Amino acid sequence: MGRPGWTLWVVVVLIGDSLAGPYRPDAEPGPLETNNIEELEVPPELDGAMSDAELVPHHYPAQRAAKVAVHYLNTRHASPYSCIELNRVHKASLEDLGQAGKKYRLQISLKECVSNTDLGQCLAEVLFPGEQEQRAPQVQCSCEGLKKLNNRAEEDALFQRLNTSNSPLSGSNIPDSYGNIAPEMKPMWHLGAAAASFVMLKESNESTLYNMAQVANFTQLETENDQLRFKYHILLHDMISQEILHWKLLVAWSPAGGVSVPQADWEPKCHHCELPLAKSTPEATKPSSAS
Amino acid sequence: MMNVERCLLCRSFAIPAEQRTSGVMKGPVAVVLMLLLNRQLVTARVLKQTEPRNYDYTMYHPLPEIMAWMRKIETENPEIVSTITYGTSYENRDITLLKIGLNSAENKKAIWMDCGIHAREWISPAFCQYFVKEILHTYKTDAKVEEMLKNLDFYVTPVLNVDGYTYTWKDNTTRQWRKNRSPGTGSCIGTDLNRNYDFLWGTIGVSTDSCSIIYPGPKANSENETRAVVDFVGARSKDILCFLTIHSFSQMILFPYGHPNIKDPNYDELTELVNTAAKAIKAVHGMNYTVGSVTETIYPTGGLSMDWARFIGIPYSFAFELRDKGEHGFKLPEDQIQPTCEEAYEGALSIITYIHDKTFHSSAVSVRATLWTALLASWLTSTALL
Repeated sequence: MGRPGWTLWVVVVLIGDSLAGPYRPDAEPGPLETNNIEELEVPPELDGAMSDAELVPHHYPAQRAAKVAVHYLNTRHASPYSCIELNRVHKASLEDLGQAGKKYRLQISLKECVSNTDLGQCLAEVLFPGEQEQRAPQVQCSCEGLKKLNNRAEEDALFQRLNTSNSPLSGSNIPDSYGNIAPEMKPMWHLGAAAASFVMLKESNESTLYNMAQVANFTQLETENDQLRFKYHILLHDMISQEILHWKLLVAWSPAGGVSVPQADWEPKCHHCELPLAKSTPEATKPSSAS
Repeated sequence: MMNVERCLLCRSFAIPAEQRTSGVMKGPVAVVLMLLLNRQLVTARVLKQTEPRNYDYTMYHPLPEIMAWMRKIETENPEIVSTITYGTSYENRDITLLKIGLNSAENKKAIWMDCGIHAREWISPAFCQYFVKEILHTYKTDAKVEEMLKNLDFYVTPVLNVDGYTYTWKDNTTRQWRKNRSPGTGSCIGTDLNRNYDFLWGTIGVSTDSCSIIYPGPKANSENETRAVVDFVGARSKDILCFLTIHSFSQMILFPYGHPNIKDPNYDELTELVNTAAKAIKAVHGMNYTVGSVTETIYPTGGLSMDWARFIGIPYSFAFELRDKGEHGFKLPEDQIQPTCEEAYEGALSIITYIHDKTFHSSAVSVRATLWTALLASWLTSTALL
């Protein structure tokens, strides 16, 4: 059509558009009315109705089970110079074994936390025992890349230095309030995390997600059986209950023998320490998963 | 980096009195002298840090420094920033936000952002300060940011839980405090402010023990800090498009709801939105943020501020969980403040930009603009030829 015709068409459209009124965002979601809450079918992984269910890898049930597998791997492989962290959960499924518990099957990939390198993939099975049994989770892993972990030279050097030194090493508040860790304390922080893995593994269930929050303090003790020994006071954080839990550990380590924790004691929180007047004695019960 | 001022400060605050005197200087006189010296240094540090030009956004700041910074930001940017004190904490501290926007008017649409609802999550207030700095820096050169400030007001609360945050600065035994500092009705101090809101309050993910760190309070909205937000946001709920609440740690972007039986009607849109934000975050420093609804991604909970905000009709409500994934946890090293804030800024901005464009850049608007341009061009060329 000719120019005037085209122009006329444009003007008509514009006028029509203006008359139609300004834009409003469509279907603006309004508030839910309390008597009209949409009841969603709870997915099977949260329901437990299905006996063997595929889990969404990035949702919390698979993530918590994967964390337990990582704690297990750290009890066997972590040292003052290496630690293992979860990279991703690729696949996960849950089998309900009734009284025997819940078995998670996971395909996960790992990273080495100190050097931030890839450690390849693992197939892990994590069994959380049934309610009747007060046992730690049972973990089995088959991993491809863990042979890469080799810091023997540094570990030997550290072992030699601490074994032959005249004054026992000690430290506190690692990291400090600003997140700083003195370079010479980093291996002791990693050793604390390795030891903490034993506790975190043992204490884990489907309603916990543990990390070590801090090394409150540590002191070197007498070497025994060619193993360095330390007293550690560590703080754990549980993501689900958000609690900070105090544990006192006896930690043994040598490059050849790895890390072990001959003794671990939970320290109840001192509630009355905060208030000027104690209203009641603190409960001395073991921490349980959050309601 | 061991700043001498900070070291002296932390010595006086971190070490209990009985240990302090067993150090190099002994005796009460030495203690008094040290305290006086520290007070001078504190004052000097506060004065130095109030100058926004010299303000160090890569350090953690105690509350007095943040409050002074807010006042300075307002003084230095009077045409665009104003402070509003919208509540008082249990220990009688002001709860204050920065209102940032161009040509603010009644019923202008707005974005809400609060930081530091949980005391120990220090990276959160650091992010709010960075966010404010960044938009004030860029709006003069970035047309998009300028446009958003023209169309939207930003209400940014750098520290919501002012009492709890102050308590975490007391010494290294208080650093992991989470709740506020009100005594409540139980035997222990403090309510978890992010369990205190009136949406499925007290139903799940809480503990009735007042000593628990997830104690939701004696009843919904029991806390001053909660009511301050409810009153301010509630009065403006028709105009607030987005409610953002910033936490650490876990590296997540979460949307409502925290209760497993309730699904947000725009679940699919929100899923796409947080996935886009996570990609924006990853593009900055390669960090992976997990995304999803609260109940699926982290844990089922009731009484969340973001759930309450969604429930009263604010269409977009998100919680950010910043770095890290547990290695340092709440004690994120200061050298990670800058990269964490950079990536979180891109994530938040991608969400805000989407919401802004959806509200103000409808397809009808852009078609109209295109047609007017074409019309004008046509007239101009036709008159030129005649």
